[in-house]
Amino acid sequence: MDSGRTMTVLALRNVSKSFGPIEVLHGVDLGLEPGEVHALIGENGAGKSTIMKILGGFLDPTSGELLLDGQPHRFASGPQAEAAGVVVIHQEFNLAADLSVAANVFLGREAGGFRLDHRAMRAGTAALLDQLHSPIDPDALIRDLSVPDRQMVEIAKALSRKARVLIMDEPSAVLTHREVGALYEQIDRLRAQGVAILYCSHRLDEVAHLADRITVLRDGRVVRQALRGELDESGMATAMVGRELQDFYPPKGQPDAAPALEVQDLTVPGEVHGVSFTLRKGEVLGIAGLVGSGRTELAEGLVGLRPSHGEIRVNGQPTRVRELRDAFAVGLAYLTEDRKEAGLLLEKPLRENLTLAALERFGRVRIDNRAEDAALDRATAEFDIRAPRRDMLAGRLSGGNQQKLLLAKVMLPDPRIIIIDEPTRGIDVGTKRQIYAFIRKLASEGRSIIVISSEMTEVIGLSDRVLVMREGRIAGEVAGAAMTEENIVRLAMGVSSEAA
Amino acid sequence: MRRLNLHTLGPIVALIALVILGAMLNPAFLAPANITNVLARSAFIGMIAVGMTFVITSGGLDLSVGSMAAFLAGVAIMAMNAVAPALGVHWGTILIGMGVALLGGLAAGWLNGALVTKARIEPFIVTLGTMGIFRSLVTWLADGGTLSLQSGLRTLYRPVYYGGIGWITWPIITFAVVAIIGEWMMRHSRFGRHVEAIGSNERVARYSAIDVNRVKLMTYVLLGLLVGLAVVLYVPRLGSASGSTGVLWELEAIAAVIIGGTALKGGTGRVWGTVVGVLILSLIDNILNLADLVSPYLNGAIQGVIIVLAVVLQREKSAADER
Repeated sequence: MDSGRTMTVLALRNVSKSFGPIEVLHGVDLGLEPGEVHALIGENGAGKSTIMKILGGFLDPTSGELLLDGQPHRFASGPQAEAAGVVVIHQEFNLAADLSVAANVFLGREAGGFRLDHRAMRAGTAALLDQLHSPIDPDALIRDLSVPDRQMVEIAKALSRKARVLIMDEPSAVLTHREVGALYEQIDRLRAQGVAILYCSHRLDEVAHLADRITVLRDGRVVRQALRGELDESGMATAMVGRELQDFYPPKGQPDAAPALEVQDLTVPGEVHGVSFTLRKGEVLGIAGLVGSGRTELAEGLVGLRPSHGEIRVNGQPTRVRELRDAFAVGLAYLTEDRKEAGLLLEKPLRENLTLAALERFGRVRIDNRAEDAALDRATAEFDIRAPRRDMLAGRLSGGNQQKLLLAKVMLPDPRIIIIDEPTRGIDVGTKRQIYAFIRKLASEGRSIIVISSEMTEVIGLSDRVLVMREGRIAGEVAGAAMTEENIVRLAMGVSSEAA
Repeated sequence: MRRLNLHTLGPIVALIALVILGAMLNPAFLAPANITNVLARSAFIGMIAVGMTFVITSGGLDLSVGSMAAFLAGVAIMAMNAVAPALGVHWGTILIGMGVALLGGLAAGWLNGALVTKARIEPFIVTLGTMGIFRSLVTWLADGGTLSLQSGLRTLYRPVYYGGIGWITWPIITFAVVAIIGEWMMRHSRFGRHVEAIGSNERVARYSAIDVNRVKLMTYVLLGLLVGLAVVLYVPRLGSASGSTGVLWELEAIAAVIIGGTALKGGTGRVWGTVVGVLILSLIDNILNLADLVSPYLNGAIQGVIIVLAVVLQREKSAADER
């Protein structure tokens, strides 16, 4: 079986899929072979998630065939696909928050008879987590875990399913550097064991590193298939977007000398310890660091979303920010990294979302709906928000358009200083580029921007200067030619340049 | 743009069907006297339910309103009886009683809201607690019996319930005004928008610089005030209060809110729906009393079926929206 390399374990043959009158996949061919990592890349809306859903048994193709071990097959449901060894790790976690890690890993296949065998499940979970080099306690409740830890549990859960085919939807998006390393190690191990892996990612560097085979999707069609080494990162990006990606990052600006924001000794108890820095007018200041290094906590402490103390000066004026309202009052805004849970009301239309943080601008007593509509028109034009219908719910927008809407919402009160946390998490290349251009434009208007990001290339490409955080402190600052991935990683990991 | 579908209109369709059914079963149903009676009886629950719509829309709940009404009625009666010897049988005395009911409602609502927002206790637990406290206090004040308004004052106060403009009595007018203001606040005011945002996702509201605790507190205060207003109009009806005043009002008010299409988990509030829900509940009661088709003792059962049905319809609506 392990020598039968030509045999695909799971494949799509000429698959099309329509939702109502709209065809989103056009004649897709895709084969997953045992012992191979197959990367699926494409912009948001290119059809990746539809393909994953068809492979995982959650959707049926409108035409064409799903082949399991070379034979046409139809999964009645996701669980049935799982029983056949096809396991999907979704981007949105499928974990029960109030149950323990072990209970989640064994959910639906609990060990023991009528009485549960807690010890066996705990031991089994510990062994799986151990393979992943993850120190998570099997008895911990999911709700108490960080997002990267939950991702690790999700991966452990998939491993416990003895998968033949593993479909992973952006598994590394929320992991730290070290955890990503453990993830790659697991992927290598699974590959060696003959598991077929479909890996979806927006991070082209990791695709180049991991994938044996790459399929590029654009507008529901396969536009390119390549083997390892045949396609470099810029080649992938070009294939995805369908045009050359020149000047992916906008040209840097000329920050003013005048300080817009001066922070002295800011402390967020337990998270951030005595951070000081200055942000100049018209500057884009990057903040890099590992997940958990206190970047988000610093931003939230600064704008009053967390209790903090320290000195803050806005345009030279000493300012006390106790609550987010105080920050708004001095023109300081924060765009959250968690757009679905803290940024947008997914069950409300675009208009309500856009104006939520600036309602007092739309009438003293009665909210002026017409003025709101006009604001939405301006925002959709300015930020290029693509919504099929203007009364649609925010949750129905694609990730990129949600991010643009969130940006429009934060910009509506006309802040002068904007802290943007993970500006492009989980959005496609084309939209990323647009957002980079927006950020640079805001800076060129004389606003000052802080960009917090886990993507090295993004921080470097976008920022005039980068602060690197480590364990709640500023580990160092890089600017100009010193702004390299290597220097930032060294500072973030606490490795001095002499030692390296 | 706004699509009017059967699910949104469901409560109204049900209300119209009930009116037609009532008229067919008994011609007396459409007589002005009966309509006045139904509307006036709806008014108390109705005003409370309008306030409840805001509390539920913000993601909260208040189980204490029935007991609160009994307690406020008792305290207002005691206050009027206490000042009567000094002020005499006079409108001033009654105004003092009204003021006590309204301010008491404000304070009681503030207590609920403060326990929810400042002490961070689940609304269900807080109001389960205050429900017992208010009920027990009024029983204690009445010494297990009934607190009655002095007969002179009662005669003077009576027209506030029974009088009005033509056959439209004051409770009906007040209810209508409360409903219109409530609907306007939910739809067009910043407060209403904030209430919906908090119920939809509290974290998003906080990250949008909304003073979440203050808005939540205000919903309970508003509800308390409306309970006080209901008491102001309720006391002249019987002129007394006891441990059994306002029993199960909280459930009727919550039921009306749910039937009207406001989601119990919060996020979307429909004040007009609540008004329709209140009318549906009192019409069922009225029709069963007028027609001897079904025993009036089955009233609760029919109301129960309607509540469950309303929630099922709501769910089908959101399922339809998914597509």
